[in-house]
Amino acid sequence: MTAPKPGFSQLRLEGVTRRFGSQNALSDLDLTIEAGEFIALLGPSGCGKSTALNCLAGLLPLTGGSIWQDERRIDVLPPERRGFGMVFQSYALFPHMSVRANVAFGLRMRRLPKQEIRRRTDEAIRLVRLEEHVDKLPGQLSGGQQQRVAIARAVVLEPSLVLMDEPLSNLDAKLRLEMRTEIRRLHQSLGLTTVYVTHDQEEALSLADRLVVLRAGAVQQIGSPQELHTRPANWHVADFMGYRNLWPMRVQAAQAGEITVEADGLRLVGDPVGQIAAGDQVVAAVRPEDVRVDDPHATTNTVPAEIEVVEYQGRELAAEARNDAGLRVHVRTDKRIAPGDRVTLSIDPRRLLVFPSDSVERPAAGLADAAEPGTLREPRLVP
Amino acid sequence: MTSPPTAPPAGRPRSPRAHWQHRLAERGIDRQLWLLVPALLFVVLLFLYPFFYGLGLSFQPTKGGPFSDYARFFGDAYERDTIWITLRIALPAAVLNVVASVPIAYRMRGRFRGKRLITILLVVPITLGTVLTAQGLLNFLGPTGWFNRVLLALHLADEPVRLIHNYWGVFFSLIITGFPFAFLLVLSYLSGIDPTLERAAATLGAGWWQRFRTITLPLLMPGLATTFCLTFVLAFSVFPSAVLVGNPAGETRVISIAAYQAAYEQYDYPYASAIAVIMGVVELVIIALVLAARSRLYTGSTGGKG
Repeated sequence: MTAPKPGFSQLRLEGVTRRFGSQNALSDLDLTIEAGEFIALLGPSGCGKSTALNCLAGLLPLTGGSIWQDERRIDVLPPERRGFGMVFQSYALFPHMSVRANVAFGLRMRRLPKQEIRRRTDEAIRLVRLEEHVDKLPGQLSGGQQQRVAIARAVVLEPSLVLMDEPLSNLDAKLRLEMRTEIRRLHQSLGLTTVYVTHDQEEALSLADRLVVLRAGAVQQIGSPQELHTRPANWHVADFMGYRNLWPMRVQAAQAGEITVEADGLRLVGDPVGQIAAGDQVVAAVRPEDVRVDDPHATTNTVPAEIEVVEYQGRELAAEARNDAGLRVHVRTDKRIAPGDRVTLSIDPRRLLVFPSDSVERPAAGLADAAEPGTLREPRLVP
Repeated sequence: MTSPPTAPPAGRPRSPRAHWQHRLAERGIDRQLWLLVPALLFVVLLFLYPFFYGLGLSFQPTKGGPFSDYARFFGDAYERDTIWITLRIALPAAVLNVVASVPIAYRMRGRFRGKRLITILLVVPITLGTVLTAQGLLNFLGPTGWFNRVLLALHLADEPVRLIHNYWGVFFSLIITGFPFAFLLVLSYLSGIDPTLERAAATLGAGWWQRFRTITLPLLMPGLATTFCLTFVLAFSVFPSAVLVGNPAGETRVISIAAYQAAYEQYDYPYASAIAVIMGVVELVIIALVLAARSRLYTGSTGGKG
């Protein structure tokens, strides 16, 4: 077995497709990864992100498409010949081997000289700060420590690509934040090209240089964290990026750069994303933190509403309000509000994104039957 | 000086009796234990009593001191040799059963179409019973059986190969009846090993043989040791096939035949009991050796479920 080439300048996925039976788990993924990049594959469970990662690792054969490392086609190689490091969701540490033996495993498989194995293993263990635990078995370590062993085991080979499959999802909230910083620190100091799979948009935004949002096996959007955060390509991505307010509406008037939408007597001005004409069904989206409460300067997009539920979240309050027509609005504010308060909500027209509504689905957070405000509603599908 | 009586705090048992009941229940002693009585009776009456009865009987020979039947067994080469004869059949049979199960079970992990059918086919011999198996072997491997006819027809042999009424007949019979046990056990042990471990090893550059040798086999070894013990015990107590497809007067005069002859041909129950005890001790020695070796292996979690 020969060690893989230490580096590459580009990794290209061309039309990568994976079918399970008749179902497309991943269809036609095109992606070019530059050396040193940190890419996050983001999406809800079942969107195909783990499938994509397993295809990259060689653990799942492709149904279609190809993967190229510079001019070398690698999708035909078995996993052990690709030289990629992988960190699994369950860590997949070898339970019968000590921490040191786990980390040294890949080097031993490469038949490197004993001294070099020793040196690089020690170095990797130091990197993840597990020096005191080298002789323990994985079962004697905490979840966070196991995760660090898994990371050390993957990076000790200095792989041309590191694949991480939801590595933080089994950790508690505090540890998750710590490990997130750790992973970012490792990436900054080692510069390893990384593909990171997660369903947590916050994790993806904070770690990645570039995000790939997947939904039902198809790419929705590829972009920098800023692009995804401020300008989602469609309402599904918006939904995923924290736009909790998604209202099905109808376009009244469309001008360049400004659009007026309406639903049940509520009229809002927003910023259109994509081609939208008057009369279209659309989805208006806004983040809870972009809905202001009782702003004295607000003149457009004001909505009188009543606060229904308030959650304390440290410096801010997260609240759910409802306007007279029954429209539910998620709000984040540092104003002191309480359930039952009458408030005036306002939305900056530049922060209200208006997406074309795709024909099949529309968001569930729609309007209540105005006759019975306050009752729970089934998500409604508009044909 | 008397202190005013204080009411017991709420939530604590009032009477000392209830208090003790609570304390005992914490240690698992409560009325549900009565449910164990039938099983306990069963064990005592059908296992412990006969066992100790036989053990006692073995020390009460018809003539001589308490150990004279043991001395008689070890003093008589014809009797003593039954231990080696039995080990010579049982050990290779148990090893082969375990070793043959591993690759088959390894290929049959996970789900695939037809898995149930293959499993049934592999396990059917359990349901046949030793006598039917022996009958089949006599027909199949006998001098005019299919096996020899094929060999003769293909000119692979000049005369029928003798595979029954000797060592090989018993050996094959033990393979046929012992393999399903070994296979089912090994399959369940293998399914308990998280398949992600091998995938992780693959991404670290290990080929299939390295993955098997460094990950799967070490995690499977304790299970293989247990499987070996069970199939060995089954094989060591071989009796019907040793008589039916073996040579019970010669090379397959296994230890259980010696015990049978003492009990039902010479009607010397104490001597038969002594042979039975020796049989048990030999088994225990082998099992102790295997388990001692097993205890040096990693026996913790294997990451999977099952």
